[in-house]
Amino acid sequence: MRKFTKLTSAVVPLNIENIDTDQIIPARFLKATTREGFGENLFRDWRYNGDNTPKQEFVLNNPTYSGKVLVAGKNFGCGSSREHAAWAIQDAGFDVVISSFFADIFKGNALNNGLLPIQVSDEFLAQIFKAVEANANSPLEVDLENQTVTIVETGKQEAFEINPYKKSCLINGYDDIDFILAQTKLIEEFEKN
Amino acid sequence: MSKTLVEKIWDAHVVKSEEGFPDILYIDTHLIHEVTSPQAFDGLRKRGLPVFRPQQTVATADHNVPTLNQLLPIKEELSRYQVDMLTKNCAEFGIELYGLGHPFQGIVHVIGPELGITLPGKTMVCGDSHTSTHGALGAIAFGIGTSQVEQVFATQCLLQSKPKTMKIEVNGALGQGVGAKDIILYIIAQISAAGGTGYFVEFAGSAIRSLSMEARMTVCNMSIEMGARGGLIAPDQTTFEYIKGRQFAPKGEEWDQALAYWKTLYSDEDAKFDSVLTFDAADIAPMITYGTNPGMGIGIADKVPATLAQPTTEQVSYKKALDYMGFNDDESLLGKPVDYVFIGSCTNSRIEDLRAVADFVKGKQKATGVEVWIVPGSKQVEAQAKAEGLDKVFEASGFQLREPGCSACLGMNEDKIPAGKYCVSTSNRNFEGRQGPNARTMLASPLTAAAAAVTGRITDVRELLEKV
Repeated sequence: MRKFTKLTSAVVPLNIENIDTDQIIPARFLKATTREGFGENLFRDWRYNGDNTPKQEFVLNNPTYSGKVLVAGKNFGCGSSREHAAWAIQDAGFDVVISSFFADIFKGNALNNGLLPIQVSDEFLAQIFKAVEANANSPLEVDLENQTVTIVETGKQEAFEINPYKKSCLINGYDDIDFILAQTKLIEEFEKN
Repeated sequence: MSKTLVEKIWDAHVVKSEEGFPDILYIDTHLIHEVTSPQAFDGLRKRGLPVFRPQQTVATADHNVPTLNQLLPIKEELSRYQVDMLTKNCAEFGIELYGLGHPFQGIVHVIGPELGITLPGKTMVCGDSHTSTHGALGAIAFGIGTSQVEQVFATQCLLQSKPKTMKIEVNGALGQGVGAKDIILYIIAQISAAGGTGYFVEFAGSAIRSLSMEARMTVCNMSIEMGARGGLIAPDQTTFEYIKGRQFAPKGEEWDQALAYWKTLYSDEDAKFDSVLTFDAADIAPMITYGTNPGMGIGIADKVPATLAQPTTEQVSYKKALDYMGFNDDESLLGKPVDYVFIGSCTNSRIEDLRAVADFVKGKQKATGVEVWIVPGSKQVEAQAKAEGLDKVFEASGFQLREPGCSACLGMNEDKIPAGKYCVSTSNRNFEGRQGPNARTMLASPLTAAAAAVTGRITDVRELLEKV
């Protein structure tokens, strides 16, 4: 799994609430049997017209915005369990997703792939959107070790929560399977009882 | 110490619990399908691992299979490749597959209970968020991502933190024309599409108790649509009678032992839930959704809530949803024209759903210009419908009975709703583009869907029932 420690980057703002997994990657694009290549269909129906021409007004088609951090409205990733949603975001070049609320399964899937989901307060989320509105290149600093997000220009900072086990997985780049495989004996004993 | 039902089942499956780490939770049954498994099988190959307990894994093909001419080769190349890949992977790793043509094939959440694979007290997972369906029989069942599918393949366990618990009680008697689907759409409309996030929900109360087993599956199925990881209902006589005699259900002495254990599966009277919500069944009308998440639902005779009545921060997203649907503030949906009716999906494709629709449409015709698809949940449901002559009723009414699969619920196969068209659907999600790019979905019960099919418009089914 990809390691993550610290990142300073401009952000891509997507100020919409309840972004579901069918928007992130529509079901008709789930037919690949590998994990790669989903990025080109990220937010497919918001990003492209029916004839595959880009919708200029959509933020991913706007060259003003770039960066490795996606910032979205409340209840991001609701809907299906498709891990393809996390793969698509990562494949499109993002390392971090920030929202004021995440759906459970999406959050777990992101963490299992080294994509860091950060939940901030509604107020802090509004501050990030405001900073990006004033300056599209306004950088954000994400520090996993210290569990902080900082709007570099204003110095405003907020701490975020992360399960300590998941944090160490991200920092060291190992995954759940590595962890459980080491306990096979225990599992076999459990099965006997 | 007194425990909730979730805690009883959870604690009985913890292999290891260590401070600062998620629990290692043992999984009794792993269900898989063609869409979320290929990358997990690939992962095993890369690590050089076998499937740890292949006999506890069951596969079917459902998400992108066609619902017409299933025995012909799948036309759509990528779908065919994915289904073939499942066949190959199951053969290589020794997993039982109920693929196309098998009499047990069907939607993964329909076949589990129907075959007696889903049992009270079990832990079950599947790479599909509607795995919560199996909770109706008193199991802990929830959806997982593909990395977790790989974990369960490799170890028959999951690293998982114990969820918070919520009890949702629905008490009293349901009105005429109101069913399980209306109960769950009502609850989600009350608490929002995120109201259950972080929780595992136990549904209780007299209105829930009075539901049939299949109706309970409809309720638990949509737990995820309020953000909850899973939903379950304590097993009772209804559950035991449903299970008895099914293909893989315990038999003889094993049945007696199992039954004795199942009878211990309930939340202790003084068990503590992290949250408790109570609703009155009498307040529930036939429901319909008007927006682009399942929380945007109203009683069918109510008006679309005004944008300005929403919290300030949510108004932009709310307006965007109404624009997508082509609806306005404060208008009634009654009488709005409908183009498609889809009766199917893991929410409402069981034999009782088909019977309810057939009962209602017998002697009636579908309205001109409406396309009606009935997609049974499994080969067994399809066979039962035919044995009861429901296929003849549907045919006479102009409803098309197709072959089993997920179909237009998510439009991975050819069954898509065209752009801009309105579909009354018995499925579980009304997200933008869910049933096809720019398709407009209105979620409702099988009865409300059947009423729309017959009138060609959004109709309060209670008015038609009273005329009978």
